[in-house]
Amino acid sequence: MVSMMESAQDARRAPRLSSSPTIELRGVTKQFRTPSGGVYTALRDLSLSIQPGEFVAVVGPTGSGKSTTLGLIAGLERATGGEVFVMGQPVQGVNPRVGFVFQTDAVFPWKSVLGNVTSGPQFRGVRSQEAQRRARDWIARVGLAGFEDRYPHQLSGGMRKRVALAQTLINEPQILLMDEPFSALDVQTRILMGNELLNLWSSTSASVVFVTHDLEEAIALADRVIVLTAGPATVKGSYPIDLPRPRNVTEIRFDPRFVELYHTIWEDLRSEVMISYERAKQQGDGQS
Amino acid sequence: MSVANGIGAPVISSTSEMVSAARAELRRRRILVNALRVLVLVVIIGGWELATRIGWVDPFFWGQPSRIWSQIWTWIREGTAEGPLLTQILVTLEEAVLGFLIGVALGVVFGVILGRNRFLADVFGPYIKAANSIPRVVLGSIFAIGFGFLGIQSKVALAVVLVFFIVFFNAFQGVREVDRNLLANARILGANQWRITTAVILPSALTWIIASLHTSFSFALVGAVVGEFLGSVEGLGEMIKVAQANFNANGVFATMAILAVVALTAETIITWLENRLIRWRPNATGEGTLSL
Repeated sequence: MVSMMESAQDARRAPRLSSSPTIELRGVTKQFRTPSGGVYTALRDLSLSIQPGEFVAVVGPTGSGKSTTLGLIAGLERATGGEVFVMGQPVQGVNPRVGFVFQTDAVFPWKSVLGNVTSGPQFRGVRSQEAQRRARDWIARVGLAGFEDRYPHQLSGGMRKRVALAQTLINEPQILLMDEPFSALDVQTRILMGNELLNLWSSTSASVVFVTHDLEEAIALADRVIVLTAGPATVKGSYPIDLPRPRNVTEIRFDPRFVELYHTIWEDLRSEVMISYERAKQQGDGQS
Repeated sequence: MSVANGIGAPVISSTSEMVSAARAELRRRRILVNALRVLVLVVIIGGWELATRIGWVDPFFWGQPSRIWSQIWTWIREGTAEGPLLTQILVTLEEAVLGFLIGVALGVVFGVILGRNRFLADVFGPYIKAANSIPRVVLGSIFAIGFGFLGIQSKVALAVVLVFFIVFFNAFQGVREVDRNLLANARILGANQWRITTAVILPSALTWIIASLHTSFSFALVGAVVGEFLGSVEGLGEMIKVAQANFNANGVFATMAILAVVALTAETIITWLENRLIRWRPNATGEGTLSL
């Protein structure tokens, strides 16, 4: 299975030419009203741009506004200040070229695997037969052939994630947003899903923004790792990952270059994690 | 999980012994429970019969099981004062089922509309709560005046009102409880507002709505019977009224028993419907989880 995957990754596109960015955030600020009437600033003056076909991982301490950033790009939420551009256009509502894989299970529990994967095309007005044909193809591509008639509760966490991937990828998004998609899975499954994701991604030309709190996962998957500061979040550092592709997520963490990158980025991330940790501790002390 | 070493075999055989022992234990328990159930019935009905026979309780006022049974038997063979028994049952059933269907439809529609629209919910909320707190059975008198005593409209209307509020509150709550992630996912997958309602909100709220159907059918029966009570010429409610006017306690109990059979039958149908509609729900006896 691994060799198949690597050959698929070999067939990846030629080096990308940096034209206009697929996603661009310029000085974005996002504030929320708290229930007590105060204002909570999640993002402050955040700027970043993502190139076509680039796989970017965003890491940062807990509560650093990583998910908020994805919500803004997806058009689920609006920025309080600054500008968000997707494919050169300012974001206004949900963009049909964007796909989103959620942290928690967001597959429809009352639909079978086939029904779930068919949903996207059907919502978009594709004829039922055509939608089913494409869905069966995608179900096979994520390795769930034979499970078309199962309901989500009959599947394991990893299999439900595969359903979510197929459900999102069938719409052929040019931008794939992933919000800690594998964080609920056990470590072994998480690594397997990482390989699976790289394999699926290699056959598309999509840009990926992958939010995670796991630095190992970020380096193993991405072309570039962006470190966010403890909230209010802004970009602290951006690290190109020059590890060769195709990558095998299982093996790559023993690569000396991987270890070196890990040390460098962790130096940057650690101080932010400590700030966030101290804050959480103070809040805990204040409450007790 | 099978064990692939030398000690595998004895472990499995002792497991199968344990399983068969557990099954036998379960069977014994089931027999005991059923026997005790029959015993409870015999004690209650037998005690009632005995108490009326030896004169502790006056059967004229409080009825007697054997005479209740013979009353039902008489109705089956000779018909009731209002006509054949089956016709009476069908009349009441028609009113209850019509009231139930209309009430459920209205409850679901208004529950979903107000559940999805916070503004409308804020405007109508206080009135719906107020209307829910008044004893709505009284409306039966208004319906009897407004729709006339003889037709089925007044009974259906009362059943509708009783059913509506139960279903409405459940549908409303069900819509409010829809997982926000599912909504966001549907939006990103490309669903418009209408598709979100039909493909996400309704199936998600269905668990709540179906739960309300169990109680609401008995309320539909109450509506139909009370409606007949307040004015009609046929139906089970009318039979109760006539029996009461003739001091026929056995007749009242006999009609009650028939109503119980009708209600239990409806309950069985609704449970069947529930199992069909929410097949996707995990249940304890279903197939186990598959591993990756």
